[in-house]
Amino acid sequence: MGVPNLIFLVILLGAFGLFGKNLMRIRRNILLGRDVDRTDQAGKRWYTLFRVALGQGKMVTRPIAGFLHILVYAGFLIINIEVLEIVLDGLFGTHRLFSVLGGTYDTLIACFEVLALLVLVSCAIFLVRRNVINIKRFGMKEMSGWPKSDANLILIFEIVLMSALLTMNASDAVLQARGFGHYVTAGSFPVSEFIQPIFSGLTDDSVFAVERITWWFHIIGIFGFLNYIIVSKHLHIMFAFPNTYYSNLEAKGRFTNMEAVTSEVKMMMDPTADPFAADAGGEEDAGVFGAKDATDLNWVQLLNAYTCTECGRCTSECPANITGKELSPRKIMMDTRDRIEEIGSNLDKHGADYIDGKSLIDDYISREEIWACTSCNACTQACPVNIDPLSIILDLRRYAVMEESSAPTELNMMFTNVENNGAPWQMPAADRLNWAEEE
Amino acid sequence: MAQMAAEGKQPDVLFWVGCAGSFDDRAKKITKAFVKILHQVGLSYAVLGTEESCTGDPAKRGGNEFLFQMQAMMNIEVLNAYEIKRIVTTCPHCFNTIKNEYPELGGEYEVVHHTQLIQELIENGSLTIQGGAFKGKKITFHDPCYLGRANNVYDAPRSLMQKLDAELVEMKRCRTNGLCCGAGGAQMFKEPEKGAKDINVERTEEALSTGADIIATGCPFCNTMMTDGIKSKEREGDVEVLDLAEMIAQAQDL
Ligand code: SF4
Ligand code: SF4
Repeated sequence: MGVPNLIFLVILLGAFGLFGKNLMRIRRNILLGRDVDRTDQAGKRWYTLFRVALGQGKMVTRPIAGFLHILVYAGFLIINIEVLEIVLDGLFGTHRLFSVLGGTYDTLIACFEVLALLVLVSCAIFLVRRNVINIKRFGMKEMSGWPKSDANLILIFEIVLMSALLTMNASDAVLQARGFGHYVTAGSFPVSEFIQPIFSGLTDDSVFAVERITWWFHIIGIFGFLNYIIVSKHLHIMFAFPNTYYSNLEAKGRFTNMEAVTSEVKMMMDPTADPFAADAGGEEDAGVFGAKDATDLNWVQLLNAYTCTECGRCTSECPANITGKELSPRKIMMDTRDRIEEIGSNLDKHGADYIDGKSLIDDYISREEIWACTSCNACTQACPVNIDPLSIILDLRRYAVMEESSAPTELNMMFTNVENNGAPWQMPAADRLNWAEEE
Repeated sequence: MAQMAAEGKQPDVLFWVGCAGSFDDRAKKITKAFVKILHQVGLSYAVLGTEESCTGDPAKRGGNEFLFQMQAMMNIEVLNAYEIKRIVTTCPHCFNTIKNEYPELGGEYEVVHHTQLIQELIENGSLTIQGGAFKGKKITFHDPCYLGRANNVYDAPRSLMQKLDAELVEMKRCRTNGLCCGAGGAQMFKEPEKGAKDINVERTEEALSTGADIIATGCPFCNTMMTDGIKSKEREGDVEVLDLAEMIAQAQDL
C-alpha cells in the first residue's frame, strides 16, 4: 500500500467516523421522543417505502419539479456504483477495476456520464427556480437565512461534484488515448469527450495532474457531501426510507387515541372501578397530556422533523397559510427539528439535568399557529415523504387544552356546550328530534 | 330507536343525524331530504333521537381528549345496547369519528356516508333517478376533507352527480387536492386567526370561477361555509349550495 492509499484510508475513515458520530447523535435525539409502536403491518410498510421513497410516488403530483427530482435522484443512486469503484481505487490503487466487465463497463460509464450531465442541468434549473423565478413556497419567511443558503449550497455542491466527475473522465480518456502509465483503455465517454479537446495542447504530465486533482477533489467532495447532508435538510435522501416505512398507515382522519385518558374516563364513568387498578398494572407515568416540548412528541414525529426537506409542498396546500394566517406546516417541522437539536446539544453540553426554560410551544411555535389549523390533512397528503405536521399541531393543542385550559374562549364555550347539552351549540338535547316535526 | 327496540325490531340501518343535522336550520333540510329518500326506497331505519349526543369530533380536534372520550363512551354504550350494526350519517365528521375513532373505544360498526348509501341503493336497483331536474345545469363538487382525504371517499358523491344528468365541472383543487372550506378542526366554532382572507371566501371564489350554477357538497359544515361565502360575494341570487341528498330528493320530486 503506497502513501496515497494510506492518505486515502485516513480520509475515508475520518469521513465515515464523523458521519457515524453525527448519525448516532441524531438517533439519540430522535429516541428522546416518546415511544410509539409502528412494528405492525410490515408488508404494507415495505410497500409504502418502495412506492413513496424509492419509487418517488408522490413527487410527480408536480410534474416539472417531480421529473427533475427523479433525474437527480436516479443519478445519485446509480453514480454511486462508480463511487464504489473510485473508493476501491483509492484504497488499493486498482484503477478502473470494474473494466473487467468489458462492454458492459463501457455502457455503464456512458450511462453515468449522461446521468451526471442530467443531474448537472437539473440542479442548474433548480437553482434558477429557487433564486430567479419567484416561486412562492421558496420565498416564505421561514426560508430566509440558513434554510435558503442550505438549499442553494446543496445544489451548488452537486453541480461542482458532477463537473469534477466529468473533467476527471475527460482527462482520464486523454491519458488512455495517449497510452500513459496505468491508464487502461476502458469506458466510453459520450459527454466528457466534449471536454477532451481542452487538454489536447497539454503535456502528458499536466493532463495527469488534472486527472489526479479532479480525482481527489471529486472523492473528497463526496465525503464532504456525506458529512454535509447530515447537518442539513438534505438528510431526507437517507431518512425518507425509514420515515415512509414508519409513517402512519391509518385513515388520515383517524386521530390517535390517548390511552391514558381512556383509563381515567373509564374510571370516572364506572364508580365501582378500583382507582388504583390502573397504577398497579405497572404502567409508567404518561407524563404531560399532549406536547409542550419536543421531547413530549413521539419518535416518529421527531424522525419526521429530521426528514423534512423544507420543500414547502405542505405549506403551499395549507388553507390557513394560503389565506394569510401565521400557520405553516413546514415551519412546524423546522421548529420541531431546531428544538430537538437544541435539546440534544444542551444534553451534550450540560448533562441530563439541565433545563433551559424553553419549550416547543411559545418559544418556537406560537398559539396563533396551532389554533389556525383546520385539520384538513392537505399537508400530510402533499408531503412527498409522508410527514405528518398535523399530529404535532394536535399534540400541542392537547397540551394547551388539557394541561393549561388555555383554548380560545369560543372553543371553551363549545366544550362546555358539548359537555352540558351534548352538542357544540347551546341547544337542549330534548330538541334533537324537532326536525322530524317541522315542515 | 327506543320505540323500535321496544317492539323488538332491528332497523336495517341507524341514521346518525348529528348535531348540525338536528339543530342547524340549513342542515335540518339535508336531514329531511335524506329521510325522504330512505322512505321512498322503504329502507327500515331508526334514529336515536334524544339519546344521540355529539360524537365528540370538535372536542377531539380541539385537543380536548377527555371530553371526546366521555362523549364517545356514552354514545358507544347506547349504540351497543341497541346492538347497532350499521350506521349512516349525513356528516363526514360524524362518519369519520364513528368509523375510525370509536372502534378503539369499543364501538365497532359498519359506517357509511349518505352518499355511499345512496350510491348503493342506486346500484342495487332500489332507487332510480330521473335526471330531468338538473339537466343542463353546471355543478361543481366541493370535497369535504373528512370524507375525501380523511377517508378516501371521492367517487360515491361524483357517481350520484352523474346520475343527475348535470354537467360536472371540477375545481382545480379537487379530490386529494381539495381545499378545505375552513370549518374543520373545530374552526367552525371560533373566529379565524387573523390573515388576509377567510378560507371559505377563497374556496367560494374558486367554486364560482368554474361558472357552476350549483355548488354541491356532502357536509353540513361545508354547506354553511360555502353558503356564507356565496353571501359575501353577493351571488345568492344565481348560485345555490346544495347537499347531494337534497339534489337527489329534488330530482325525485320528493
Ligand atoms: S391540516 Fe392544518 S396545517 Fe395541515 S394543511 Fe390543513 S390547516 Fe394546514
Ligand atoms: S413536511 Fe413534507 S411537504 Fe412539508 S416541507 Fe417538509 S418535506 Fe416538504
